[in-house]
Amino acid sequence: MGVEVAVHDLTKSFGKQTIWGDVTLTLPPGEVSVMLGPSGTGKSVFLKTLIGLLKPDKGSIMIRDVDVARCSEAKLYETRKLFGVLFQDGALFGSMNLFDNIAFPLREHTKKSEKEIHDIVSEKLQLVGLEGTDKKLPGEISGGMRKRAGLARALVLEPEIILFDEPDSGLDPVRVAYLNQLIIDLNAVTDATFLIVTHDIGTARTVPDNLGMLFRRELVMFGPREVLLTSEEPVVKQFLNGRREGPIGMSEEKDSAQVAAELASLDGAPERHPGAAPKGGIGGGVPPQIQPSAGLPERKAAGRRQQRVMDMMHTLPQSAQKAIQELLDQEHQEELDAREASGGISSGLADRDTQTIPIGKG
Amino acid sequence: MALSPVAGISQAGRLFALFLDVGRLMFRRPFQFREFIQQAWFVASVTIVPTALVSIPFGAVIALQIGSLSRQVGAQSFTGAASVLAIVREASPIVVALLIAGAGGSAICADLGSRKIRDEIDAMEVLGISPVQRLVVPRVFACTLVAVALNGLVSVVGVAGGYFFNVVLQGGTPGAYLASFSALAQLPDVYTGELKAFIFGIIAAVVASYKGLNAGGGPKGVGDAVNQSVVITFLLLFFVNFVVTAVYFQVVPAKGS
Repeated sequence: MGVEVAVHDLTKSFGKQTIWGDVTLTLPPGEVSVMLGPSGTGKSVFLKTLIGLLKPDKGSIMIRDVDVARCSEAKLYETRKLFGVLFQDGALFGSMNLFDNIAFPLREHTKKSEKEIHDIVSEKLQLVGLEGTDKKLPGEISGGMRKRAGLARALVLEPEIILFDEPDSGLDPVRVAYLNQLIIDLNAVTDATFLIVTHDIGTARTVPDNLGMLFRRELVMFGPREVLLTSEEPVVKQFLNGRREGPIGMSEEKDSAQVAAELASLDGAPERHPGAAPKGGIGGGVPPQIQPSAGLPERKAAGRRQQRVMDMMHTLPQSAQKAIQELLDQEHQEELDAREASGGISSGLADRDTQTIPIGKG
Repeated sequence: MALSPVAGISQAGRLFALFLDVGRLMFRRPFQFREFIQQAWFVASVTIVPTALVSIPFGAVIALQIGSLSRQVGAQSFTGAASVLAIVREASPIVVALLIAGAGGSAICADLGSRKIRDEIDAMEVLGISPVQRLVVPRVFACTLVAVALNGLVSVVGVAGGYFFNVVLQGGTPGAYLASFSALAQLPDVYTGELKAFIFGIIAAVVASYKGLNAGGGPKGVGDAVNQSVVITFLLLFFVNFVVTAVYFQVVPAKGS
């Protein structure tokens, strides 16, 4: 099972400019979390701080009792072995072909024989759908392939925490959909903790268990995805609907008077310009989450998350509670339908039991 | 911001920290032998030809200067001695400094800088591998080795060039030129030249790596980093050259004194 990442009171600035301050959040073990935010709000900086590439000004990041923000270098390198990171452009080593790129961590950190390495690399290449391209150099393949190859390399050491830096950037909508499905499938198979940094609304709506948003040098909110998706917070609404009216401006934030006027003018008007769906976004409300492909095991995180959300239900806003309830009913209904269709009541029941019981720790 | 003294000092401090890191990680196994060979070959390939081409006119200029000077003071018999001295002691380390910083260092800086902006360096760190151990240490070794070798090349080519110009163009006496070779010059001159080249190689590689690893802001950032690395290396090398020369004259007595 994945590792919990507990971020407390984290602040980062470059010179006098604060990037974000007092960020406190916990990535629940094994769950998929998405961090949203307009361009230039320090999402990538947040990611790099999590892996200790950048030192925060204050605050702590606890991963297995190690504070990444201020541990020794040796400890840091040790802790980093828990991580797999997919950088924006894949960050493949330009001088090596895909096979060597993906084999690189294995050759550096393990004593595996070349044959074992070959088997593992082939398996990972197949997982990301890149069989047969292992002799190509990173410069010879498309951006989407580089990204998938980068993912294969990130997965090769069986990481417990996987970070994605804008997995959708530079990909067409179809490839994004495939990648999102791949992310969910990976989560089902590995049960690792996922954090995706993105500004793609489609991803944010359908992939994560938890959703957060960075804006104006702070964490606007972080919690179960229903909370953010049903939020009435102007920034969140503006972002999720991809419209101009709201606190987010073209380059920086707008002044509050203008925002108030724009929001007032929106009253009664449709949520967004007719016919213009936001980038990657379809429809409103809380769409159901992407499920693992057929043939893969259930996501263990889903059961744990359900338990967790149920426990905190009374603390959530009314609208989020309603959305969660609706989704649960819908799921329940689907399950009943499926059971009726297959007729396998007993096995279905057994499945249901085993999937809700584990609230395991560790 | 770039002009504030604090920024300057912190740059110097971080550069020095990289020196220390290289010194520390130099001994960490496994040594990247393959990378070392590749880099040595690479640095050699970008420096050998320009070095040879620069040292011929360099040797010639010194020969011409000394040739006419010695004629004016009536010391033609010492032409060879003086030009060997000038080339081995000063000219050759300076040519090495120019080439190792200008050709070798800039290539290293551009290489690491472009890796940095493609996130390759970050990716390497995240994979739990120290870029200093993996990339910088082999480059420092390679650059140092090539610098020492280059110094030998420059000395030979420079002296040969000097001989050619003095004897063929200025009508000097070949025998006198050769005979006076060791009149003033001595073996410690060669050792110092090599020591200088050794130090230059280390400094050029570390500065270039430092600038490359800290490049930022896209392709333009890499260009800036290369530019700065060459300028900083020049400043440091000429300064170190002065210091080593000053120490040399204190430590090694001049021949015949």
